[in-house]
Amino acid sequence: MSGKCDALVEIRDLRVDFGTPARPLPAVDGIDLSIGAGEIVALVGESGSGKSVTALALMGLVDVPARVAAQRIAFAGRDLLQMRAAERRALAGRGIAMIFQDPHASLDPCYTVGNQLDEALRFHGNAQERASKTVRRERSLALLGEVEIADAAARLRSYPHQLSGGMAQRVMIAIALAGRPRLLIADEPTTALDVTVQAQVLALLMRVRDERAMAILLITHDLAVVAETADRAVVMYAGQVMETGTVPALFDAPRHPYTRALLDASPGHGAARERLRTIPGVVPGAAHRPPGCLLAPRCAFAAERCTAERPAMRRIAGQASVRCHFALTAE
Amino acid sequence: MNAGPPLLEARELARHYRFPGGPLKRRDAVRALDGVSFTLREGRTLAVVGESGCGKSTLARQVTMIETPTSGTLLLDGRDVAHADAALRRKLRPQVQMVFQNPYASLNPRRTVGALLEEPLVIQRRGSAAQRREAALAMLARVGLRPEHYARYPHMFSGGQRQRIAVARALMLNPRLVVADEPIAALDVSTQAQVLNLLADLQQQLRVAYLFIAHDLQVVRLIADDVMVMYLGKAVEQGPADAIFGDPRHPYTQALLASTPSLARRRANARAIPRGEAASLTAALAGCAFRSRCPRAIARCAVEAPPVVTIGAVRVACIRASEPA
Repeated sequence: MSGKCDALVEIRDLRVDFGTPARPLPAVDGIDLSIGAGEIVALVGESGSGKSVTALALMGLVDVPARVAAQRIAFAGRDLLQMRAAERRALAGRGIAMIFQDPHASLDPCYTVGNQLDEALRFHGNAQERASKTVRRERSLALLGEVEIADAAARLRSYPHQLSGGMAQRVMIAIALAGRPRLLIADEPTTALDVTVQAQVLALLMRVRDERAMAILLITHDLAVVAETADRAVVMYAGQVMETGTVPALFDAPRHPYTRALLDASPGHGAARERLRTIPGVVPGAAHRPPGCLLAPRCAFAAERCTAERPAMRRIAGQASVRCHFALTAE
Repeated sequence: MNAGPPLLEARELARHYRFPGGPLKRRDAVRALDGVSFTLREGRTLAVVGESGCGKSTLARQVTMIETPTSGTLLLDGRDVAHADAALRRKLRPQVQMVFQNPYASLNPRRTVGALLEEPLVIQRRGSAAQRREAALAMLARVGLRPEHYARYPHMFSGGQRQRIAVARALMLNPRLVVADEPIAALDVSTQAQVLNLLADLQQQLRVAYLFIAHDLQVVRLIADDVMVMYLGKAVEQGPADAIFGDPRHPYTQALLASTPSLARRRANARAIPRGEAASLTAALAGCAFRSRCPRAIARCAVEAPPVVTIGAVRVACIRASEPA
């Protein structure tokens, strides 16, 4: 997946502010993000790091009172910020689809699976699908087959409450695929599922990516999920990107102390019954960001410079960048 | 390994729920917990692992004496909890305390941390007001909080700090057993580690035993002495943690381990993921409940209930457990 310079998504200097203009509360504080065609990019971070808000800003779904500003938010080579709302919806509404953590909250309990697939195809299908209900039904059956739902014809008549969690998330994926998106944003898609079902859904997402050459922006807090599924990871902390890199490299030799600390704090890194290394303190809220490096108060390596001066993002090698005055070197 | 007398002992413990009467009257009950046996010794940790609907929270409700088991025995310090009268239960309950998954829901937002910590002592009529205050302040220090936190309200704390408060509250009565139901599942990675380490430290200092309910095997590996893997109300495999993780014998345990995402595994490795999801608990199945999802199922699995086989220190409920994998 690497080596492609034609980015499908290119975000430069995105800011999302909550609060008032006089007292802005930055949820996203100047992040760059690019996603190549067919690439799986993981946005990783703890609660409040700004990963979901970043995705919503890309979708154009951040509501007032929050303010979105960016140098550029481009999808398929065109700047979404320069477009009128209808034009943006036609391009990004069809080209980008999104699934969420709790599929039962995303599906409408009053309508059958068939109704909801039909609706997605009526808006985002191709010309034939929009014109004919019969074509839409055929396509609905094919989509359910694609997400490995057995007995698709019967499932079209099911209501969401009749589906298990894993089945409901498969239906959400089928609906998301209706418009043949080039990017699927998956916001914690398996967090609410049991482990065996999580493994099934992740395998499904990877298979669909391979077959359709569709890119996936995977938002998650689970580093192990990233290690197993993503091509590249973007580590966020308190609204900023701390480190990006390809997945094997980032996990084998993290350059940012935060990435390193997150890995050390993850169960499953060390041996059984071993004490975990912890990160002291908590993620600072938007109103309490330190002036220097955002991590400085919690960083084991922090020096004087870190509390005074906020480090800039630096490219270190190939696709790897890090925001740290004293980036760790590979051991 | 088996030092000390058993603190908690369950034999063929079962809890079935009946459907209420009415037009949808059905004869069969939900067999949420269906004949589970285990022993937990003082100062040790037994992890109960399984997916939704496996009965782990039902087990917690029996052990904490919130409910009465349908059948089987449950002994705390050799005394029968299941058939205890009200007076004995009142005496036993302070010895078993609970920590819940979501510290945003388990702490009363209208009470200060001090009041929350002292409440168990007030209910049990222990100490004077001054003594209770002193005990609460000492417990705050033990869980890594400061004296000034005493007068604050839960909303002023982060998730990890709230879980510390919940742990502190559970320990106020000096229980011998704490039932922790997914205590770190709602926390961020960096705070998960803090709370896990805290639980380990407290166990060392206080010799408290944990019945640790979790779905995350990576977490269980860090904290458990013994593991019991449950599926649809039954224990499918149980034994020392090292044995279960090192050489899992039941296909469901193997499936759980294969499905758990790991930092060490790269995606190139294909893995054996079980198909489907757990079936309903109402259908009284003949044979093995896991067979429809099991990669090793044979015809006999549909007919015979799997016998419990002992292999070394591990007990496995699988017809094929003693065959080479």
